[in-house]
Amino acid sequence: MLKTFKKGGVHPPENKRSADKSIEALPQPDIATILVAQHIGAPSKILVSKGETIRVGQLIAQSSGFVSTNIHSSVSGKVARIDTVSDVSGYKKEAVIIQVAGDEWLDTIDRSDELITESILDARAITDKILEAGIVGLGGATFPTHVKLMPPPGMKAEVLIINGVECEPFLTSDHRLMLEKGEEILVGTRLLMKALGVKRAVIGIENNKSDAIRNFRILGAKYPGIEVCALRVKYPQGGEKQLIKAVTGREVPSGALPVAVGAVVNNVGTVFAVYEAVMKNKPLIERIVTVTGNSLSKPSNFKVRIGSPVRQLIDAAGGLPDDTARVISGGPMMGKALPSVDVPVSKGTSGILVLSEKEGHRKAVKNCIRCGRCVGVCPMGLEPYLLMTLSEKRLWEKAEAEKVMDCIECGSCSFTCPSNRPLLDHIRLGKLSVGNLIRSRK
Amino acid sequence: MNKVLTIAPSPHIIQGDSVNKIMFRVIFALLPALAWSFLAFGLPAVYLTLVSILTCVLAEWLIQKYMLKTEPSVKDGSAILTGVLLAMNLPAGIPLWMVVIGALVSIGIGKMAFGGLGQNLFNPALVGRVFLLISFPVPMTSWPNVTQTGVDAVTEATPLGLLKEGLKSGTPLSELTSTLPDHANLFFGNISGSMGEISALLLLLGFLYLLIRKVISWHIPITVLGTIFLFTGILWLVKPDQYIDPLFHILTGGAMLGALFMATDMVTSPMTKKGQVLYAAGIGIITVCIRIWGAYPEGISFAILIMNAFTPLINNYIKPKRFGEKQHGKA
Repeated sequence: MLKTFKKGGVHPPENKRSADKSIEALPQPDIATILVAQHIGAPSKILVSKGETIRVGQLIAQSSGFVSTNIHSSVSGKVARIDTVSDVSGYKKEAVIIQVAGDEWLDTIDRSDELITESILDARAITDKILEAGIVGLGGATFPTHVKLMPPPGMKAEVLIINGVECEPFLTSDHRLMLEKGEEILVGTRLLMKALGVKRAVIGIENNKSDAIRNFRILGAKYPGIEVCALRVKYPQGGEKQLIKAVTGREVPSGALPVAVGAVVNNVGTVFAVYEAVMKNKPLIERIVTVTGNSLSKPSNFKVRIGSPVRQLIDAAGGLPDDTARVISGGPMMGKALPSVDVPVSKGTSGILVLSEKEGHRKAVKNCIRCGRCVGVCPMGLEPYLLMTLSEKRLWEKAEAEKVMDCIECGSCSFTCPSNRPLLDHIRLGKLSVGNLIRSRK
Repeated sequence: MNKVLTIAPSPHIIQGDSVNKIMFRVIFALLPALAWSFLAFGLPAVYLTLVSILTCVLAEWLIQKYMLKTEPSVKDGSAILTGVLLAMNLPAGIPLWMVVIGALVSIGIGKMAFGGLGQNLFNPALVGRVFLLISFPVPMTSWPNVTQTGVDAVTEATPLGLLKEGLKSGTPLSELTSTLPDHANLFFGNISGSMGEISALLLLLGFLYLLIRKVISWHIPITVLGTIFLFTGILWLVKPDQYIDPLFHILTGGAMLGALFMATDMVTSPMTKKGQVLYAAGIGIITVCIRIWGAYPEGISFAILIMNAFTPLINNYIKPKRFGEKQHGKA
């Protein structure tokens, strides 16, 4: 019997159209737009000015606090301007816009494909390297990785969990990375184990990626302390709390950090970035992006320079189909609908998904028939129908008591509702208001 | 490629199930038992069902269009389902004008007065049935014999009715059982009763379909039947000369129809599985109490309606276990 998390969950159609497409390196864009707020936390401070010549890998914005990180240039050329542009959410954010010229890398970066397995760095030095390289959670949450490696006083990590679940339909970037860079991920895992001081690491992978599971089982023999855990396919298993539950059986208490139950979770993409940062001295300037959709002619997995326009990725995957209604950054369950295809790829862009009119059309909302499916599928044990009503009636204290803040916004409730009720929309509004209420008490 | 893109919050895909699909699956699941009642009771049963469905649909349409002035939603199939369920809860020989009254009460008072689909507190079909039972007790308890057809057929008491009357008149149970149908006849539907309650087998078949299509879960039906079986089983074991065996209880009357298709009504049953088990156990206990100590031979309609009233209370107090609620010890 394969492991999985116990409570709730749904099975959306997998649609992993690009699963057998090898990672292709996309050429540099003509103009790169590098946002200075690509992570959760304080935006970085810009270090460059207009007209300055920049090389690939050069630091262009510096971490401005503990929960913040560095930003590097992914291209070489001249800074055209520093301006505000729309990010994936449609908000105007500050960005460094670089006119690309040549492909001049910093000499310190090792660009070879040669595998390096041994490092002399100690825990502190590895963490510093990760901060220096600007690494954040590449699964989509973009939480600065170095912060996760420094648990609050009194808490100790016992197990490192590597998230190779990729439970979102359509997305295959982590899958491809596990197949093509398996050994690098294992070395990266050893580095993170050293940084955290843990003896045990578990790579969690859903069993629809049996080739990746097999790959790690063969390669992993050389790397002590790393286990592979095959998981039964169920969304949202890639959610941090769900994955910890599936792998260790422990539940992270409401409002607590994963390290409260001794677990630290990192995505496989993040682990690969850690390998490159520590072993190759390469900052986080590229990432794997799945470009996919049912009507897209060439679903692909690309290695993309951060700051490339989404338009370039879609063109490389066969161009935007005529029936396109939505372009999503991320997967169909939790991704963000883009305001335009001109927004730049950022550190958190795990996929670009093109949905047609038919797929992306919301149906007419009907009365709640109290079928209880939303309650049954909620992985956090919440009652979405109730939270929606409380939100509509603006009963924030009651919503707080019903644990609205525990919602991980996985969308299982809205996905499953036979009356097409916009449950998560209202719950998000509730979270926003309850969050403000909680802050106002302090 | 400067297309205008739609911006909407996630999730961007839906499972695609709908209220219509759920309603029509339940109706489909009822068809075998309904077909059997047509065979058993003949044309009057067909007329009764048609009148019931038509009145329900028309009443909902008229109320929505002219009283509430909202867009009629009869296409969702819920009024048809109420019509089918009401028909299956009536004796086949009842005058059609009574069926019309029952259907009007079901939709008008049972459903629309509360605000329509999903808002009603009580199962609409049962509101109609109980209204008729209280208003017209004689026609509502005159059941044509299955083997005869036509409105002129000789009426006969239901197995539960025979049992109740017999025990009341002081006939010992051992003598009574010889006049009652055996378990096989109960199971296959060779008994008298309301239209839809005679064949346990065909109702179970429909239930199986609903389970496979994941329209309902096992919790309510199995708990209702289990509670009835357990409760009457204990009585039977203690005093076998006074109480009939538990199998007789779950195969007769509306136990099957009620447990499988009436108590499971989503709108009027609790949201959580834990709550559903509590609700279903309540239905089982009240049903047995009415059957054994009450004035009526059958009580599952009342039991379901009583527990319907508790559903909001159950929803309020029986919460799902929140993730991370209890601090787990470190493994």
